[in-house]
Amino acid sequence: MSKQNPTDRRYSRDHEWTKDEGAGMVLIGITDYAQEMLTDIVFVELPEIGKKVAKGESMAVVESVKSVSDIYAPVSGEVIAINSKLEEDPALINQDAFGEGWIVRMRVSDTAELASLIDAATYDLLISEEKH
Amino acid sequence: MKKTPLYEKHVALNAKIIDFGGWAMPVQYTNVIDEHKTTRNAATLFDICHMGEIEVRGPQASDLLQFALTRNLQKQEIGQIKLSALLTDDGGIIDDLTVYKLAQDYYMLVTNASTCARDWERINALHKAKGFDCTLENISDNTGKLDLQGPCAQEILSRLTHYDLNSLAYYHFVELKVSGQPAIISRSGYTGEDGFEIYSPAAIIGNVWDRIMKEGVNFGLKPAGLGARDTLRLEAGMLLNGQDITESVSPLEVPYSWLVDFDKEFAGAAALRALKLSGIKKKMVGLEMTGRGIARHGYKVFHQDKEIGIVTSGTFAPTLNKAIGLAFVDVQYSAPDTGISIAVRDSRSAAKIVKIPFYKRLKAED
Repeated sequence: MSKQNPTDRRYSRDHEWTKDEGAGMVLIGITDYAQEMLTDIVFVELPEIGKKVAKGESMAVVESVKSVSDIYAPVSGEVIAINSKLEEDPALINQDAFGEGWIVRMRVSDTAELASLIDAATYDLLISEEKH
Repeated sequence: MKKTPLYEKHVALNAKIIDFGGWAMPVQYTNVIDEHKTTRNAATLFDICHMGEIEVRGPQASDLLQFALTRNLQKQEIGQIKLSALLTDDGGIIDDLTVYKLAQDYYMLVTNASTCARDWERINALHKAKGFDCTLENISDNTGKLDLQGPCAQEILSRLTHYDLNSLAYYHFVELKVSGQPAIISRSGYTGEDGFEIYSPAAIIGNVWDRIMKEGVNFGLKPAGLGARDTLRLEAGMLLNGQDITESVSPLEVPYSWLVDFDKEFAGAAALRALKLSGIKKKMVGLEMTGRGIARHGYKVFHQDKEIGIVTSGTFAPTLNKAIGLAFVDVQYSAPDTGISIAVRDSRSAAKIVKIPFYKRLKAED
């Protein structure tokens, strides 16, 4: 069973979460549902700090034993920090997708884009539809 | 999609089902790494009912197979299995299949699922051309197959039969009853572990599955899917038909030269002799990533700035805890320890050529 989708985040339909940290900063990761679908994550390719990404553009790659998946930027902005722990321990995403398994911190270029993301209740609905 | 007789069991076990060459097959029940490690450390059970079985019977059954297949089967004993290759006239591999000799005039060929129809067509064409006195029957739909693999496989299976499995040698088989049902059991598999392939009528294979799952509980037996089957076979350096080998690949270019006997005539022999004379240009090698990233099917291989080949299989290897793969490279770069790089997305990652297999189990008798 997936963990509860925290209500202090907003979600993309591609299964990324964003957490507004204030002052135009967001933390980004993939949802617990996404890690459950991917299962055993064995490799994460992170962007370089300073990289500018547009909403919907691939910003990282997560590989399970069997699959290679792009992680799309849920909002446009500049990568301020990366979770370099994932290079040594990619399974952190499996263990704690909403916490220790965060992927990047971004400075958002247009905070209005955050509003276009969906809230936890809508995301709950989205994944319950995908499951059926 | 075609379904095996065990499909409903997979669904009940919450397996993730994928389309594998037109078959709805379980790719994983829990996760690939767990199923992989369980195979190495305890035992797992695989639904392999999708694979093909073709019977060849009659006074000239062995003549047909001698002609159709690359391996010399002359010394094959009843109860013995031989891996062999079926080629096109151009010497390309249609299938790598196993030959079970049931009697002097009675054989069962076990084919890959995706190639069974093609094998059937090819062997029938050769049969017709040569007019050998034998008959062929495709028994795939009526035949169920399970692979029970891992160090605990024998202990589990011994609870279902009175037969002394200690007397069953590697690549040999026996016809007996498992749980009261007719079965062929061979000591063989596709994982690099000790284990068995079990053939029973499709109508009762579900009962055999249930009995094995029940007896295996105390040994940590779990069902495993095609995901783990792929990582296990790759660690063991076994080739996957349709991915590593195709009809444009010669057995001389992959670790299958030993399947070819040039002292006999067989379909495709002329092309192989010509290739042997001219020398192969590309060769399959093992590779190990030394830099970051995982080589995957279709990624390009470089030596310095020169493109020298392509990855055919690549994965993270759970037992070895590193990324490994198989690739075709220009033959002059095929020596072990040659430094290469793999184009992983928009950058290059360092790798080196290594010997196959990547993993070899420790045997008690070694």
